[in-house]
Parts: sequence; structure tokens; C-alpha cells
Amino acid sequence: MIMGSNMAECHPVAFRWPLKAKTNHGAVLMHVDPRFTRTSALCDIHTPIRAGTDITFLGAIINHVINSHRWNTDPFFKEYVVNYTNAATLVNPDFKDTEDLNGVFSGLSADGKAYSYETWSYQRGPKPVPAVSEVKTFTDLLLQRVPGRPKTDPTLKNTHTVFQIVKKHYKRYTPEMVETICGCPKEMFLKVAETLLNNSGRDKTSNITYAVGWTQHTVGVQIIRAAAMLQALLGNIGRPGGGVLALRGHATIQGSTDIATLYHSLPGYLNMPDGRKNHETFKDFILTEAVPLSTSYWGNYPKFAVSYFKAQWGDAATKENNYGYDYHPKITGDHSHLPMMVDMMNGKIKGFFVMGQNPAVGGQNARYQRKALAKLDWMVVRDFFETETAAFWRNSPEVTEGEVKSSDIKTEVFFLPAAMVSEMEGSFTNTQRLLQQHEKAADPPDDARSDIWFTYHLGKQLKTMYAGSKNNLDWAIKNLYWEYEPEPPEVANFRIKDEPSAYKLLKEINGYTWEDKKPLPSFANLKEDGSTVCGAWIYTGVITEEGVNKARNREGDNWISPNWGFAWPANRHIMYNRASADLQGRPWSEKKKLVYWDPNKEVKDPTGKTILGSWVSPSGEGIDFLPTKAPAFRGRDNGIGFDWLSGNDPFIMRADGKAWLFAPSGLVDGPLPTHYEPYESPVQNLLHKQQANPVAKTWKVPGNPYHEVADPKYPIVVSTYRLTEHHLTGVMTRWLPWLAELMPELFCEISPELAAEKGIKNAEYMSIETARGIIQARALVTRRMRPFTINGKTVHEIGLPWHWGWQARAEGDVVNNLSVLVADPNVTIHEGKVFTCNVRAGKRGGAA
Amino acid sequence: MAKGMFVDTSICTGCKACQVACKEWNELPGEPAHFHKVPDRPYQVAINFTGNSYDNTGQLSATDWRHVRFIEQFNENRTEARWYFSSDSCKHCNDAGCLNACPVKAIVRTDMGNVFVQQDVCIGCKYCIPSCPYGVISFSEQSGTVHKCTLCNDRIHNGLGTACAKACPTGSISFGEVEELKKRADARLAQLKMRGFTKANIYGYTEAGSLNVFYLFMDEPSVYGQPEHPVVPQRRLFRSAAITVLTAVAMAVAALISFREQGTKKNGEVKP
Repeated sequence: MIMGSNMAECHPVAFRWPLKAKTNHGAVLMHVDPRFTRTSALCDIHTPIRAGTDITFLGAIINHVINSHRWNTDPFFKEYVVNYTNAATLVNPDFKDTEDLNGVFSGLSADGKAYSYETWSYQRGPKPVPAVSEVKTFTDLLLQRVPGRPKTDPTLKNTHTVFQIVKKHYKRYTPEMVETICGCPKEMFLKVAETLLNNSGRDKTSNITYAVGWTQHTVGVQIIRAAAMLQALLGNIGRPGGGVLALRGHATIQGSTDIATLYHSLPGYLNMPDGRKNHETFKDFILTEAVPLSTSYWGNYPKFAVSYFKAQWGDAATKENNYGYDYHPKITGDHSHLPMMVDMMNGKIKGFFVMGQNPAVGGQNARYQRKALAKLDWMVVRDFFETETAAFWRNSPEVTEGEVKSSDIKTEVFFLPAAMVSEMEGSFTNTQRLLQQHEKAADPPDDARSDIWFTYHLGKQLKTMYAGSKNNLDWAIKNLYWEYEPEPPEVANFRIKDEPSAYKLLKEINGYTWEDKKPLPSFANLKEDGSTVCGAWIYTGVITEEGVNKARNREGDNWISPNWGFAWPANRHIMYNRASADLQGRPWSEKKKLVYWDPNKEVKDPTGKTILGSWVSPSGEGIDFLPTKAPAFRGRDNGIGFDWLSGNDPFIMRADGKAWLFAPSGLVDGPLPTHYEPYESPVQNLLHKQQANPVAKTWKVPGNPYHEVADPKYPIVVSTYRLTEHHLTGVMTRWLPWLAELMPELFCEISPELAAEKGIKNAEYMSIETARGIIQARALVTRRMRPFTINGKTVHEIGLPWHWGWQARAEGDVVNNLSVLVADPNVTIHEGKVFTCNVRAGKRGGAA
Repeated sequence: MAKGMFVDTSICTGCKACQVACKEWNELPGEPAHFHKVPDRPYQVAINFTGNSYDNTGQLSATDWRHVRFIEQFNENRTEARWYFSSDSCKHCNDAGCLNACPVKAIVRTDMGNVFVQQDVCIGCKYCIPSCPYGVISFSEQSGTVHKCTLCNDRIHNGLGTACAKACPTGSISFGEVEELKKRADARLAQLKMRGFTKANIYGYTEAGSLNVFYLFMDEPSVYGQPEHPVVPQRRLFRSAAITVLTAVAMAVAALISFREQGTKKNGEVKP
């Protein structure tokens, strides 16, 4: 099931694989989407739903599945669910569900702005006696604080079990409700639900694939959770052909979150030191961040964290200064893109580096963002064409239409030429967490330089400038371990001889022992005593011996292909693959065999003694479990990490070793996905009194007006999305004649029904308007768009590909002039996939 | 040992990588008719939005040697919902109208069966253009000669396949020996028919002497803009000549009759 994604459009090369599964192996491809797209054309089934109603659809599948005859009688499902998920876990009896509280959960603050999680907690047994009486290491801190084991009822009958809570939560998510809220005919919904159910089990698995069609909502994270819950209930996680696949295809985007360009993450998904939390000292940091996770593989948090700090500062990071923790910057709020632009508008940000980004076009409420840019003192833009962001001060629509005068814009803009993708050497990390080396094909011309060249030389300059400083604020940069000079053979064929060594960067990310600089083969070798360096623990293993970079491997085998690139963690392609075997460690079926327990296999334990029994993986797939932990092993109640986890706890990154149907912590807007309407919607929430996500992030600031619910001025739903022919804001595509002529102008996809109603004619201009702005586009009248009937009322949807800007050979209005600053509260991703608008025939100035 | 391409439209996603790869390999510019000058811009701006589904290319031309067609088949309540894609190009006919027409033998067939325009021989007479039943070969004002897909003549004579086949992400376009490709096409057709796609058909086994670039369509060829019965004009030479002769005879007879009447009227009648 492809949902929240237009895979054939946006990942055309990856799409060859689902297509092969269909043509050669009889797989059924289903596309659930408001529009009929190039993906729908190649799928067996297209199921239309109104934009933003994904949770209703997914919740209804969950409801259908757990009440179905098959799920209740085929023993596979109960065995998987009871043992590998937290279905049997008992939840705090004070927990109140959205069904009890008109659409919110217990724990919502009086002002309705934030949840506290106490009532979402597990019921637990008594705390164990700690394994250590004194604290000598950071790990000892964790060993002293191991919580009691969660209480469970494996019969699933107790009303406080997660299972009963989930059942009650989704009871009203019926096929009829799907028809009412999603506008999707019952039979079409049931076809999808039945297909998934029938294609799951011992012998078959189903996959769910998604992309930004799911993430870019005020309930984005919850939508994905719903899919994960469904797959866990169907026993599809950790098994070949199953799982929830996030399409992360573009320009090392997976790598950019792994190595953390996100403000709130340290590489490897550690949390950023945060001034708002109890993070005063490194000890506080460990207590706050690692204790709640200690009974999972995150119990090794201190080792990951110390090794990261050591990577930053080398010799300057010592036990005495807590490995530099005291000097590490701390965040003080949400510094992600949207609030950053609000801060910029309010004059709080003086300088801005814009690298491979074009907020003047790509930013929500783009007019707001362009005006914010004018408040900067200086801005550095690195790109290979003059982007709209680089040019905003001289020819943005605000300037050309006389709203703003160039001479009033004080921002000093530096435009530096950047190398293009094919001119850079380094590794990419994309979908499936796969690191692949990307080889440079040509030298960048003239002054164009790669991003690592720029960052490395900037760092060198800053270190020099801070060299004499005694200020604590400068310690972090002054003491950076910054040794990435290339070895001569690395740059022998390069025109630019001072290009830093991508290999040395990757080796630091991989990790090595500080003393002898030998690469670490595994994150199991990381230490919390400062003897190991590791930029990002999840990548350890990509370089296990000096000079050998597994990201360069290119041997495919039509199955797991362990010798093609390197999948983190530890070359494990399917995470949680212990779940591909049953409680006894036997494969669920011969057909779906992946990782299983061989009781007769001889292995050596860490002391060198031979022991019998190990998990094996003939395909070469990495084993996402402790290889010697027997299925029958019962974890130690006062242990941490693998010591606490049992042989039937496949979900080793969860503190209880189970897949979470119910999320007792970690998400700020609820332990269960619930249907909330998009922040801007033409309809009331038909399930709950609570209209939209109560804790969605909003910015009620001048210049960012929101539409009312069912605002009669803006009754039409609008979604924004991409085309194959262009890439993001078009910097890489709209300048090329070959691509510009494929999709020359901004167009709006509109159903014939809506077009007729508004007198809009195909190929002629139409205007689209919101409280934030008005744009014009060519009308593309097509039945691939359809009106939806929601609770008896017609709701129209239009669609806008958002690639266009005023620069380049293919030019058009900026679609994001229409959108608004509103976001998911967990990760502050913007709600770009659904908001409201109005349309009319003719250009925005009034001409035809 | 003819080489060609099999285009399986059932796995085409309409991505147009074939169009771009062709331009890149053959160093073709953007189609001049698609751009125009705009004051105070150092580059020309694209103006070729057609409103015809996702197809802004429109047709093959001297600079567009591949053209992806988009066919939407939707009924009012969307219970019928299909979007077909097909990448059109020169079909390298085994009975090629263009080759037959060329008065200076600029258009030749190489040892690999592809039909190739020798740019240094072409005189720009354009006789080939109406001879192509598919509207492929096109004239360039800039070069004064005609152009079309060469089946990547340089690549295929150096052990490589065509650029479009290489770029195609799903394998919809595949390059190889025509006889091998036909086996694959037959198998794919059988598979589709078994799965209930009864309208699926192969286009190119018999048309224009058989096509070295042939297609698997999911509907009638006319749906894809291809003639059901393409006519190679030279195969109508006898008929055309016969009609010409008959017409000439008919004209002569009509003239004789007319002048004879003229003659009888001369004696004692008023002149016109």
C-alpha cells in the first residue's frame, strides 16, 4: 500500500522494484491518495480519500483487522501481537482516551496547550534491587535506576491492556465513518483493508510505503504511527516484504537527519543538550535522556554520547571537563525552520547561511519568509544558480510590484557558487538507511566549491580567529578537532587540492580508538571512558578496516544484497528482524525465513569460551539482536540494555523490547493516533468535538492569518506536491532547457466539476487565493481530481505543484505564497499537504 | 541481426527520462518553438504549456526525438480510471517511407537495421516528411536538414544500447536484438491477457514492413495516436500511378470533347 506518497512520480528509479514485484511476482499495488497520479496509473487499485483524513482510513483498517475472523482465528496474529508488541501491557488506570474526553487525552493542561504524560504510563511491578551500590561510571547511574517491569495480561482481556484501549479507541472508525469523513466509498475501503489482511500472516507479508504526503500534516507523526500500529498488529514488522518504508530519496536526506542537521538532534539520534530540560551537567543529561531508555539498546547511551563529544574535541575532551559537555551549545527552544523565520522577522537573527535551500520559494507563507529575509544584517547563499532567495532583494514579487523598495532592504547578500552533486565526492544515505558512495564525475568550475570544502575552511578560519580567546563561549569552536586534510592520493585527480577528505570525515563518523586511530568494527566497541571516538554510533561498521569503505560496495544479489553499500545499523537492512522468527526462534514459514535461532551453532563468547546456539542469517542480512541471546533467555530485572531484554524482545530500541501499539511517552500529542481535521478545513470534525490537533504548533503573528474552520471565503481544499520533471524549488531543474520545456509553467489541477462551477477553462489562467496571498496558474482540468462527498456536502479539492519561482527558464508564481505557518507539534513539520483556499477564473490582476 | 527497441507501455510511468536522455546524448537543444525572449532576462523563457495532460512536448520535431504521450481515460463517476503513457519515437520501419522517398540517398539503413539520416548528404528537400506515416522525421530551419531518432547509431556501433533504454527506470524501453525482444514482448502480452487485459496488443509486427522499434499497447493504437493501418506511400506507387494515368486519360478525353464542340460552333454562330 502506497499512501502519503506519489512514489512513481518522486522516486521513479526506486519505483521499478514495486513494479517488478507486481509484474513478476503477482504483488498487488494499492495507491490511496486524493488524486489519481502517475503512481495510481501503475497500481492495481487507486482508492481516493480527502486530503488529511489518513488517520480515519488507517484507524478503520485497524478496527477492521482486530475484529475480523481471520485475525482472531489464525494463531499467528495473536502469537506475534501478544509477544512482540505491547498489546498485553497494562496502562495506568487513570488514563482517559479521546472517546472519553471529546477528542483529547487525559493530561491536557488547563490552557489546552500541552500534555503531561503521567496518566499514559505503564503499570509496573516493584523496582528491582540495583545491580550496583556505588556509582563509578555513567552506566552505573543507569543501573541504579532500572524501573520495575511493565505489568501484562497476556489474555488481553483486562480493560487496562493496551489492546483493549486500542480496540475502544478505534471502535467508531467503521467503513461508514470512512465514507463520511474521507469521502471514500465503503467498498473501496474494504477492498484495501481485506487485501492487507489477507496478504499478512506466516506465509505472506504486506508493506506500507509513505513519504511527505504523510509527514507534512499537523498530525504527520501520528499518521505514521497509525501505519506502524497496523503493521505491528498484522505481524509485518521485522519481516521480509513487510515493514513501514519511509521514502527518503533526495540528496542524502536520510543522512542529513542521521548526522543531524536537525536542531534538536545530535548525530545518531541522541538528543541535543537543551536549556529547557534538566541538562545542567553531563550527569544530568545522562539521567534525563538515558534513564527512561536504559532497558533498551539505548542503555549504551553514555558510550554513544561520550564518543560523540570525543569526536568533536579530541584531546580537549577529557574526563575532567565531562568530555566538553560543559561547553557544548544548548538549544533554548524550537529552532526549526518555521519558528526561526518568525524570530528572523522579529529581528532576533542577524546572519543566515542558506545552503542548498530556497526559502523564498520553498518556505511556508513565502511572502512572510521573504519579508523576514529583509530583516537580516547579512545572508550567505551557496548555490549554483541565483536562487530566488539570493535574488529576493532585487526582484522578488514584493520588490517588482512596489510593495517593498530594494533600497530599504538592508540585508547584505553574499552569493557563493556551489558545486553540483556530480562534482562532489562522498557518501549518500537514502531510503532503507543505505550508505552508498557517490563518486565525483567532474571538477567544479572556477570558484564553485563543495559543501564540505566550504564548511571545513570556514571552520579552519573560525578556529584561527578564536585561537587566543579565553571566553567559554568560544571554547567549542576553538577546540574543535578539525583534522580533515586530504592525503595526496585522495586529491591526485582533483583540480581543487584543498578539498577536505570525505574519507576522514566518514571514518570519524564511523569511529575509531583514539589512541591508535584504528577504525571500530561495531558500536558494541564504543566506550564511555573517552578512549573511543564516534561521530554517529549508528554508522559504525561502514569502515571496519583502514581504507575500506563499505559504502563503495556494489555487489547485488537480488535478495538482501549485504555487499551493496552499507545499511545502518551494522548492515541490518530490515530492522527488528528477530521478529522474523517465532517464540522458539523458528522462522514463521520457510518462505519468509530471514533470521532464526540455530541451537547447534557453535560460537565463542567474549571470554573465548565456545557456547552452543546462535541466531543465524544465511542471506548475509545483519542480525538485529544479540546473536547469542537464546529465544528462551529471560532478561535480568535489574540489568540494562541487552541484559534486561529477553529472547523474545525483538524491538531492542524500545525500553520494553516491544513494538508500541500505545506510546506511553515520546510523542507530545497523544499515545494513539486520532482523527483530527487539518488545521484549515472546510468541514467540522465528524468524529470528535475537538476539531484539530489541540497541541499543533501555530504562530499567531502579524502576517500569518489563519482561515476559520469551514470558512465560507475559502471552501476549497488545496494540496501541494511535486512532479517528476522538477525538483523542489526548481533550482536544479527550471534552469535547464530540457526540463523547463517538459513542465514550463505553474499549473493547477482541478476537476471538471469545480472548473465548470467557476467558469475555469482548461489551459487558461485561474487564480487561487488564501488570506496569505494570491497566485495565478494555468488550469489543468482533469478527472484525475475529483470532488468528495463529506457528510452529504460536496468538498472540492485542487492541487498545485510548488516548483515554480520568478527566476529561471520555467517561471511561475510561488505556490507557497498561499500556505501558512502551522506545524506538527512533535517535529515542527509544516502542514503543506492540506489547507483551504478559493479559486476563480482569470489572472490575479483581473485579466483573463 | 536487426537491433531495435521494445517499448512496454504497461510499465511506463510517464517520467520522460527517455526524452531527456535522448537530448543529453545527442546534445540537442530545447525545442526553439518552446521558448521566447523576455525583456531584461539573459535567458529565454519556456512558453509551451499545452493543457494536454502532462504532455507539453506535443509532437516529435527536429529537436524532440522522443515524445511521451499521456492518455487519460476517465468516466464521469471515475469507475473507469486509467492513465496510459507511451514514449513515441522513430520506429525504424523495415519498409521506411522516408528512406524510400529520399532522392539523394541521404537516408540509409545501417548493418544493424536502424534508419539513419546522413546530415552531410541531406539537401533539405523534405520529400521524406510526408512519406513518414508517423509524422516523425522533421526539418530544422537552423541546419537546413531533417532530423530524427538515430537509434543512437554511435552508441549501438560501440557496444552500447540506446540512451533512452539506459535511462528508463522501469525497463519499459529495452534495447536488443529484435527477435529476442519479440519473444519477451509475446510473453508479456500473454501474461497481460491472462490477467484480464484483453485489449493489450503488440504494434509493429506487421506495420510498415515491421517496426524495429515496436510497442505493447494497452488499448487500440489510435488511442496512442498511431495509425491502425499505416501507409508507406511508396507501396501505393502502382495505384497512384494508375490513378494519375487514368486521370490524365480522363482529362484528355474531356478536353477532346470540349474542343470538338468548340469546332462545330464555329460555323455561323456568335463567338463567345
